[in-house]
Amino acid sequence: MTATAGTDPKTTAALAAIGRSTAKDDHSEGMSYLESLPRKTVTVYLPLFIIMIVLLFPFYWMFITSIKPDQDLLDLHGGNPLWVGEPTFRHFYKLLFESNYPTWLWNTMFVAVCATFLSIVASVLAAYAITRIRYRGAQTVGGLIFLAYLVPPSILFIPLSTIIHVYGLFDTPFALILTYPTILIPFCTWLLMGYFKTIPYELEECALIDGASRWQILVKIIIPLAVPGLISAFIFAFTLCWNEFIYALTFISSNPNKTVPTAIVSEFVDGDVFRWGSLMAGALVGSLPLVILYAFFVEHYVSAMTGAVKE
Amino acid sequence: MTDAAIARTTARPPAGEPSAWDQLKVNRNWLGFWFMVPAMAFLVLFLVYPLGKGLWMSFTDARIGREGRFVGLENFEWLLDDRDFIHALVFTLVFTFVASAVKFAIGLYLALLLNNNLPFKAFIRSVVLIPFIVPTVLSAVAFWWIFDTQFSVITWGLVKLGFIDRSSPINWMGDPFLTQCVVIFANIWRGIPFIAITLLAGLQTVSPSLYEAATLDGATKWQNFRYVTYPLLTPIIAVVMTFSVLFTFTDFQLIWAMTRGGPVNATHLMATLSYQRGILGGNLGEGAAIAISMVPFLLAAIMFSWFGLQRRKWQQGESND
Repeated sequence: MTATAGTDPKTTAALAAIGRSTAKDDHSEGMSYLESLPRKTVTVYLPLFIIMIVLLFPFYWMFITSIKPDQDLLDLHGGNPLWVGEPTFRHFYKLLFESNYPTWLWNTMFVAVCATFLSIVASVLAAYAITRIRYRGAQTVGGLIFLAYLVPPSILFIPLSTIIHVYGLFDTPFALILTYPTILIPFCTWLLMGYFKTIPYELEECALIDGASRWQILVKIIIPLAVPGLISAFIFAFTLCWNEFIYALTFISSNPNKTVPTAIVSEFVDGDVFRWGSLMAGALVGSLPLVILYAFFVEHYVSAMTGAVKE
Repeated sequence: MTDAAIARTTARPPAGEPSAWDQLKVNRNWLGFWFMVPAMAFLVLFLVYPLGKGLWMSFTDARIGREGRFVGLENFEWLLDDRDFIHALVFTLVFTFVASAVKFAIGLYLALLLNNNLPFKAFIRSVVLIPFIVPTVLSAVAFWWIFDTQFSVITWGLVKLGFIDRSSPINWMGDPFLTQCVVIFANIWRGIPFIAITLLAGLQTVSPSLYEAATLDGATKWQNFRYVTYPLLTPIIAVVMTFSVLFTFTDFQLIWAMTRGGPVNATHLMATLSYQRGILGGNLGEGAAIAISMVPFLLAAIMFSWFGLQRRKWQQGESND
């Protein structure tokens, strides 16, 4: 970890650069004027265009499938499958009014919000303690928290499932609300530590001398100043929760308790019959909240993502 | 006493005030401890304890609803003779290696492309990240449909372009090798944005004056990349690739959503095999053993990408700070 601490100011500067570029041009492309337009078309625009098409095609296909009538779905030889003649919203209607989809959406939202909230509270306290209280062993604890981020859920889900049974949490949202923080806390703590370090120490010293307690300092000085960091942590943690699959698959068994990702893969397949229209509509609707959230907070999102690799 | 304390506070500048700090030192360790309690409680109850329990379970014959009996290394001995396990192990390694390498190559390429002066730069950058934001399972479902054996749009495209005949469609999800290619492709698709955007963040910090100086000295585009960009980018590459390898190696949701390990167990990763044996098959001990056998490889992969790439930095005499 210490080995890469050098990337810290660099990454921060880069994030700032990415953020700025939305407002005004940065000039990091020193000599691009030397390139002629035709040459640039071949070396830059064309490859970029191809990559963008590949990256976005699945979403287009998802969308077009979800508004296609059923008979068109299984007919590749009639018309053009990339276009739809008579769009229909039947799949969305069925999804929202004739299935448990709203319940699953609600479950996912509820679990994600609770787990994110718990994680951020725990992470703020931990990050503050590590960066500012500097108790004995703070460095070690910081390192251990980073290591916890490297423990993948794929290793833990079997023992955790027995523990969840013992705690009596099986098939309840609490199984997920209490296990997700193990993924989120290391990430959020790490991210917030970076933000807290940027807050001038003098502010705290003054407050301490004026007789403020550590708790008052945290609530009245540090947290208000770290709001951008908190937003980043919130967005990223929320996304991770929404995305989580293996715990939700293992700890939740009954249909009305499922979250969107697990329900999608299990509930839209009747034996050998795949209801592709509903499946794609479900995948699209399930992605929408995250895409909307992302659209509003792109900059925070990027900084949170790079924050993950910051140290 | 109090008078003396006040006198001291006023006598010295507030920034270097020692007495308040002296008093704090007395209870600072306890204070730190209390602030750490919530985070530690979660991590101990739901991470450290399960990790230990998983290790223990891998040495038992635990089944669902029954506490296991200690059987020593029996689970691992069985696994060594288990063709499915060996296959999953080999495929996991191939999957991780191929997917990480391609992700890195395309990710770096995309980052270099995006670092150009482009119209609608901010918009393009935001759009590139979308595959990373959409939950993996949901995009995996889309790929499942794109590569559907009978109604694949890819097959349709290839037929239209005249590459293959309509009467012999490609069995994307039925042929073991093709399915392996498809899941690797989907993993690459999902991973590129993360790598590209993070490396782009690194590229933005390289000062243009370095390129100008190198170009004046007669450096070609490739030399610019090789001797300016790459060395400055190595630290961030090391971190990004460590994460990428780690998450690729332990991938579960993509495979489970697309193939469930099929056809004929061809696309089982260790994580999915562990789920199938442990949870669906009820052999918790065996499942735990499979999960635990991921650990050495995981450590090796992390060490490799971490130190393998970090070493360059030390060689060039940069400080490690």
